Amino acid sequence: MIEIINLCKSFEEHQVLKNLNLTINKGETSVIIGCSGCGKSVLLKSIIGLLKPDSGQVIIDEEDVTRLNEEGLNRLRLKFGMLFQGAALFDSLSVGENVGFILREHTDTDEATIAKRVRESLDLVGLEGIEDLMPSELSGGMKKRAALARAICARPKIILYDEPTTGVDPIRADAINTLIRRLHDKLEVTSVAVTHDMVSAYKIADRICMLYDGKIIESGSVEEIKNSKHPVVQQFISGAAQGPIET
Amino acid sequence: MKDCLSILGKKMLDGLHYTGELFLLGIRALHGIFTSRLKRRQVIAQMSKIGTDSLFIVSLCSLFVGIVLVFQSAYQMQKLGAEKFIAHLVALSMCRELGPVFTALIIAGRAGASISAELGTMKVTEQIDALETMAANPIKYLISPRFLALATMLPLLTIYANFIGIVGGYMVAVWKLGLTSAMYINSTFDALVLKDIFSGLFKSVVFAMIICIVSCYQGLRTEGGAEGVGKATTLAVVVSFVLIIAADCLFTAFFYFI
Repeated sequence: MIEIINLCKSFEEHQVLKNLNLTINKGETSVIIGCSGCGKSVLLKSIIGLLKPDSGQVIIDEEDVTRLNEEGLNRLRLKFGMLFQGAALFDSLSVGENVGFILREHTDTDEATIAKRVRESLDLVGLEGIEDLMPSELSGGMKKRAALARAICARPKIILYDEPTTGVDPIRADAINTLIRRLHDKLEVTSVAVTHDMVSAYKIADRICMLYDGKIIESGSVEEIKNSKHPVVQQFISGAAQGPIET
Repeated sequence: MKDCLSILGKKMLDGLHYTGELFLLGIRALHGIFTSRLKRRQVIAQMSKIGTDSLFIVSLCSLFVGIVLVFQSAYQMQKLGAEKFIAHLVALSMCRELGPVFTALIIAGRAGASISAELGTMKVTEQIDALETMAANPIKYLISPRFLALATMLPLLTIYANFIGIVGGYMVAVWKLGLTSAMYINSTFDALVLKDIFSGLFKSVVFAMIICIVSCYQGLRTEGGAEGVGKATTLAVVVSFVLIIAADCLFTAFFYFI
């Protein structure tokens, strides 16, 4: 469903992605792991067209994201939901307005139906009755869940998660991981998550891909990654300071 | 020498690039006003933020400008026995020059800085990216409503500032310098022709565009967290001030010759 072919992206002199190739199958939850600053978020933003790669292709439903004009990109983006690292809720809108934003902007749905959908989405993430609160009144974990409700409100086919558990305590992180898994099963979506939290990766992934030095160096199921013989993968998943990864 | 020239050349190219980007952003914001369904609630909220919330500071500054203008002109005109022309001077200076420029500078410092800080914060907290992922164009959603609100409210505030400035002048001229009330009011109306008022209002529309585009541009280019937001806000105010004064110089010369 998502095919990334020879993707390259540089920022000034620093090449972040180097001929990266990756295929993400429909209905699968792929987790991309890698060190901080290795280009995971760049990859995610290239998939949804927020960043334009220097070369290469991102094919989604037979359309190359890198060649789409603004109108085409917007049409494609309606298939996506994205959870940002810092939640990225709009400060000036209430939680309810945030969650229902995409429906109000892009559909002629009446207010009663939007309100019902907003309520359903908030219920799915375990946040009932907070539609009228402002984002500044929410805790970090609640913000993430509200942002997740916003991401799923238009029932997207693909959900992108950028560091879904960063900045929340382990208990809240586990609740978010359970939620991601539940949403995947309930909404039957294709999910791509980037993280360096291995607990989260093991819990939510159907497949784990390791990004290192601008390329995917290993890809496989949770068990395959755990048993990988690749020294970089072993160092990363064990969290050892000594090894081939430069610190 | 060669180094100096190359630095100068680079600075000029950077300046041209910056101006070009401002111009393009302005065109896109205008395009957004005419081609997209702007949310009425959003435009009204911006109008209130820019206009109503600035009324007090504009009143205060305009009143003081009117008062200072009368004292300064009286200092010279009393020597020539031409006190009756004080009202002419206040009315013309306020409507043609000081009203539009002072109001624009106040709004650049108040609303421009606020726009830049707000958009800058949205940029560094990925809210602008979030807008784009939800297929909402940030220019149409964020800039066009502010553009429309500023282009509407700044001329209205300018008219208000002109009036308050003239009132300030009246207070000093009548209560302190001994001019009669009727004489001051009649002189004010005698001095003003429609061209004076419209040239000031034309300027204020141009200043509104400058404030909006510069502030939004700096906000959208913000990088690097809280420090970046601070830098963007400072730069937005400084560049707006410089461009407002430069544009005023240009248009004052233009209206002098036509």
